[in-house]
Amino acid sequence: MNLRYSEDEEAFRRDLRAWLAGVLPTLPPVPAKDDWEGRRAFDLAWQARLYEAGYAGIDWPVDAGGRGASPTEQMIFLEETESAHAPYVGVNFVGLLHAGPTIAAMGDPGQRTRYLPAILRGEEVWCQGFSEPGAGSDLASLATTAVRDGDEYVVNGQKIWTSHAQVADRCELLVRTDPVAPKHRGITWLILDMKTPGITVRPLKTIGGSSEFSEVFLDDVRVPVANRVGDENDGWRVAMVTFSFERGTAFISDLVRSRELVASLAAIAHRGDIRRGIPSAWADSATRQELGRLAAELDGLWALTCRNVSQAARQGVPGIGGSVFKLAYSQARQAMGDLAMKILGRAGMSFGEIESLGNAEQVEGYVYGISMGIAAGTSQIQRNIIAERVLGLPKEPAWTSN
Amino acid sequence: MDFELSADEVALAEATRSFCEGRFPMKTVRELIDEGGVRRELWKELAGTGVFGMCLAESEGGAGLAMTEAVLVFEELGRALVPGPLVASHLAAGRLSGVAEGDRVVGMVELTRTPVLVEHPTALDALLAFNARGEVVEVAAAAIPREQLPQPFDPLTPVALAGHGMGGRVVFRGREAQAFVRRATALLGAFAVGIAARTVEMGVAYAQQRYQFDRPIGSFQAVKHLLADAATRTEVARAAVHAAGVTLDDAEAGILPVALAERAVTAGKLLACDAAVANARTCLQVHGGMGFTWEVDVHLYLKRALVLASQFGTAKELSERMAGYVH
Ligand SMILES: Cc1cc2nc3c(=O)[nH]c(=O)nc-3n(C[C@H](O)[C@H](O)[C@H](O)COP(=O)(O)OP(=O)(O)OC[C@H]3O[C@@H](n4cnc5c(N)ncnc54)[C@H](O)[C@@H]3O)c2cc1C
Repeated sequence: MNLRYSEDEEAFRRDLRAWLAGVLPTLPPVPAKDDWEGRRAFDLAWQARLYEAGYAGIDWPVDAGGRGASPTEQMIFLEETESAHAPYVGVNFVGLLHAGPTIAAMGDPGQRTRYLPAILRGEEVWCQGFSEPGAGSDLASLATTAVRDGDEYVVNGQKIWTSHAQVADRCELLVRTDPVAPKHRGITWLILDMKTPGITVRPLKTIGGSSEFSEVFLDDVRVPVANRVGDENDGWRVAMVTFSFERGTAFISDLVRSRELVASLAAIAHRGDIRRGIPSAWADSATRQELGRLAAELDGLWALTCRNVSQAARQGVPGIGGSVFKLAYSQARQAMGDLAMKILGRAGMSFGEIESLGNAEQVEGYVYGISMGIAAGTSQIQRNIIAERVLGLPKEPAWTSN
Repeated sequence: MDFELSADEVALAEATRSFCEGRFPMKTVRELIDEGGVRRELWKELAGTGVFGMCLAESEGGAGLAMTEAVLVFEELGRALVPGPLVASHLAAGRLSGVAEGDRVVGMVELTRTPVLVEHPTALDALLAFNARGEVVEVAAAAIPREQLPQPFDPLTPVALAGHGMGGRVVFRGREAQAFVRRATALLGAFAVGIAARTVEMGVAYAQQRYQFDRPIGSFQAVKHLLADAATRTEVARAAVHAAGVTLDDAEAGILPVALAERAVTAGKLLACDAAVANARTCLQVHGGMGFTWEVDVHLYLKRALVLASQFGTAKELSERMAGYVH
């Protein structure tokens, strides 16, 4: 094992740094948190820049328009862009990380040429319509139906917590096509054009006060059969392929950002209020130790990321590392948020910045940490996965009402 | 970058594991409770596998390996709970004669940590002491305390209370002494990773085999989630300790600044000792009343984990040090 980057990898890093140094100062200001049209335009413009420079779809296969680079280069890309404070993947998340790779792997040639270039070039935004009011952790129990009518499916039902739905052009949609088959075997994966009649998007306000995600109502929405990815009733398997694309790199930008947040938190802790005779939080050894413990945890998670990425590079697929990382990282983010709120005290009582105290990003981070333990599989579900699939403990007996 | 174990590294870890399974089964380990923790023939066999001399140059009779490999070996020793002053003897090999070969058993103690307790006092041929000046000295043989306290917390780590006059000939000073401490910290962490990993396995095995309410207790989520958390702690700690090994070697080779190695070993030991203690506690809880008995091995793992956590940086000290790196 080693943590040394090869000459090629270092060259890739150098070129990227140079490119970032040139391009970042030319970017327009970041739009406000709830200016969704503005954010869409900003994120797509950034993606277009990446595309022109050859940095779009670093780890996508070459025949899908990507760079076909190793997970290690993807890791370097994410590390460098985040360290340079380049824009985050933002509304391009589902297209670049979920729908795109799924279509690249499972789509037919027509679907690949129709959808993939538009994602890479920053022309189309995707969202993920998986969860429903009645199907969150138990995703396979989803109830949105699709009934075949000639060469179309007629879709009825509701999705919820659909991130970025209000600015999306397409949706990767899971629907039930066989109501009697066992629940995993009656699901189909569809590409939904968000402009199709019958779709109502109603933004939901998050606890952070923003409209990050929406409810999506589907009433007699007609989807061409040609938009089906994979076979009818084989959508669960397609969805599992979707989930497997993270290749251990899904949280790299996030982790880089977390390390910066801890450093800023330490800086905040150093500030007392001398005028009013208030000592700094740093003077308190328990606070210092909690911060130090967090820093160690993030270092350990970075090492674990290097391991997962190396595993993906060797085997093409990530190992069991995904759930382990997700659980540990969610916990670390929550501990970080808790500590931030303790250190901020009254300064934590505003989402907006107070007198350049640095509170805004910490308060945002506190709320974000909470969502980490819920989105993309709750911490309890991750523990079930680790216990059953990694440690081999017996499954729970099925619950029956009687 | 390739942070997966290479084929040679896997082979080294497996060879160590099968040696331990053959020569240090728990039955033997338990026998060592009454032998001060060290049996000479076994110590000599341990030396034969290269545990002590592996990092010496081939010209000095070693295998020319480095900390990258040593952390893997010590992880396996931890998994088997091999007793004795393993880390000290590894670090003294090449500097004190007969240590690499297993002819002399060398211990170490921090004089800065009171009460000053010397581990495995009856087994030692020599004792290295880390003093307040930041030096590592060889304590005069006559000054090594030999009287074991009657009730050591860890039965496999008997201790004696040191008196005065623990000075002696300086063996490592300055940068060498600092490197000694960094390596000791990393290897103690590696041993702790082994404990963390093994206690998860023991807990899982018991949870599969123990039935209550007509079902294996491992099918209860309350039990599952304890073990999932334990497994997660192990993976993070293992990655951190392996990174510490690799980073120490890169710093030694002048590729990375020493400060990075310092940080890596600090994070590694902190996470590893926390994981070892917490996982052993989890394992004990999963074992229920059996876990509270002397005959079940869990307590031996828990107690050793606490021994490791009490030296070369406690959780408090290591966290403080980490805080210093952040700010
Ligand atoms: C910020 C955010 C963004 C999201 N974005 C999207 C998106 O873009 N597209 C999308 O499809 N979905 C999205 N989701 C939805 C997300 O995937 C679900 O919220 C999540 O899977 C949990 O489902 P649920 O909310 O129905 O909770 P539930 O499944 O109802 O869970 C409630 C509680 O019960 C626990 N629980 C449930 N089952 C078990 C079990 N078997 N064992 C132990 N405990 C259990 C859970 O851990 C949780 O604590 C998003 C969610 C958030 C918070």
